[in-house]
Amino acid sequence: MILYILIVLGLATFFVVHRGLKGPTPSDRIVALDNITSITTAGLVLLGLYFNRYIYIDVALIYGVLSFIGVLTLARYLEGGL
Amino acid sequence: MGVVEIIGWVIIVIGVAFLFLGALGLFRMPDVYSRMQTATKSVTFGTMGTIFGVGLVHPEWFWKTLIIAVFIAISNPISSHALARGSYKMGIRPFTKEENMDDLEPVVEKSEDEEE
Repeated sequence: MILYILIVLGLATFFVVHRGLKGPTPSDRIVALDNITSITTAGLVLLGLYFNRYIYIDVALIYGVLSFIGVLTLARYLEGGL
Repeated sequence: MGVVEIIGWVIIVIGVAFLFLGALGLFRMPDVYSRMQTATKSVTFGTMGTIFGVGLVHPEWFWKTLIIAVFIAISNPISSHALARGSYKMGIRPFTKEENMDDLEPVVEKSEDEEE
């Protein structure tokens, strides 16, 4: 069950990576990056359920916090205030 | 398999479907702002649904998954708001079929004049 769900997540990541490689403007690429980090957070929690390890939940929490800070910094850089 | 676990699996499947549809919208939409809309709304809901469903399937992890879901509900709209603001200030205009449909432009110009 979890394996099929992870395959669907991998297909979604493929579409997002295509947009990130192709995207005409820098904003497209940053939106794709934000999307990939959200999908990875969900995938980490699902992997924790698959392997039955609690540590994956902590990793997903820290990953979410760091990706939030990274995307905010990139958006500030786009605006020209950094 | 209890009732709560079945409800958790259903929520996980709904969340993953929303994640997939958000990625498909990012692939198909015509300009940056509509891509940002799909990337924010449906991906936020899908991630929250997946994580909350895992908390229902595995009840010992419920509180920490709830913390992650609430954090994502707060942080994802903030980052996409900052992205939209940054890309408008950078000079990317929305895709419109008619001309002069950009209602935000006079407001931004007026506020920049006031700052000077």
